[in-house]
Amino acid sequence: MLAKRIIPCLDVKDGRTVKGVNFVNLRDAGSAVELAALYSEAGADELVFLDITATVENRDTMTELVRSVADRISIPFTVGGGIRGEEDVERILEAGADKISINSAAVRNPGLIGTLSKRFGSQCVVLALDAISNSSMASGYETVIDGGRTGTGIDALEWAREAEKLGAGEILLTSMDADGTKNGFAVDLTRVISSNISIPVIASGGAGTMADFREVFLEGKADAALAASVFHFHEIDIPELKEYLKENGIPVRVGR
Amino acid sequence: MIAVIKYGAGNVRSVLSALSRLGYEGTLTDDKSIIESADKVIFPGVGEASSAMTALRNKGLVDVIRRLKVPFLGICLGMQLMCSHSEEGDTDCIGVIPSGVLRFPEGRGFKVPHMGWNTIESSKGLLYKNVPDESYMYFVHSYYVPISEYSSAITEYDGIKFSASLEKDNFMLTQFHPEKSGDMGELVLKAFLEV
Repeated sequence: MLAKRIIPCLDVKDGRTVKGVNFVNLRDAGSAVELAALYSEAGADELVFLDITATVENRDTMTELVRSVADRISIPFTVGGGIRGEEDVERILEAGADKISINSAAVRNPGLIGTLSKRFGSQCVVLALDAISNSSMASGYETVIDGGRTGTGIDALEWAREAEKLGAGEILLTSMDADGTKNGFAVDLTRVISSNISIPVIASGGAGTMADFREVFLEGKADAALAASVFHFHEIDIPELKEYLKENGIPVRVGR
Repeated sequence: MIAVIKYGAGNVRSVLSALSRLGYEGTLTDDKSIIESADKVIFPGVGEASSAMTALRNKGLVDVIRRLKVPFLGICLGMQLMCSHSEEGDTDCIGVIPSGVLRFPEGRGFKVPHMGWNTIESSKGLLYKNVPDESYMYFVHSYYVPISEYSSAITEYDGIKFSASLEKDNFMLTQFHPEKSGDMGELVLKAFLEV
């Protein structure tokens, strides 16, 4: 049976992880490669790296990081942040990433999704969709860009459907209402998107407890769930989370 | 020498990295004579069937691959291309395995591609000597190979059972990505490398 995926997300700046990480058994707590290896050993199903600086000067550092991660771990990983065109994607995939994610660039130029999926295959094109509650939208949610700072007036469900049609292989759905609150995933938003499209949806934003994961899988119909700080700060242990989900009848991959 | 066939398919680097983690070195090549003289051949694959076949034909590699007698590992698209025909782009393929490659039906309310970790069952053959049934492997695909006498492991996705791997003579083919399947995937690769 296809397992629900647990995905830690690493924010990276200049090749190092940001957001304090307090793993005692890491030689270098800021090393994105070491942290990736640790998560892989803990049984994470996939990893996401977000380049939060994403400047031109930073490009080579990120490529180098992707290469080191690919050499080290044997699970799939996605790289996002600052990807604007085919050249960026080619560089990252060649360095060994399995997928790339695009966000604001795709909203500004939807044709990019089609270009990328035709050239590299839709399986490696993840649309990162940031959404916020807005009762004037038909689905109740609006697409926002630039890290949530800019509204677009585009209905989030409409954008998800459009992205699927254009060739996106997966949607990384972040609730800007829930993100950073630790009050649980945005279950309603996740269900609205996931049950109305036929590509997988990764729920992101708001994870605080193991029960939150259970809820987003059972009620939100998510295919995968992503979190950062609850894993980085060791508030939730991945093997324990998987055991808990399994006991709750959710198919997960235990072991590694 | 382990030849890794270069034909424009994506993410070849993952395969080379996985080999190196296991202490082996792969030679990425599209040179016929190198492929023909290799001790083992790996045929990786992420991409689309018809453009992949065009690339292989242009490089003159179709017959070279068909005639190989050394242990051969085809991965994902590299497994599907070893069948006779694929519904992806209505493509005639290499034809070592007499089987079609079919598209997962849509509109049944489940998601295509079949992406993520799924279990294998009824596994047999050289690749699985250290891998128990019910092990999770990583899959990403929209087309599948039906079960036949050549199936060496089976996976089910929302009611459809298909070949998770195939084995015929020296050809070992996996639909999943052993190079991306954590420790269990490494055991599969290791078994191939030690054949």
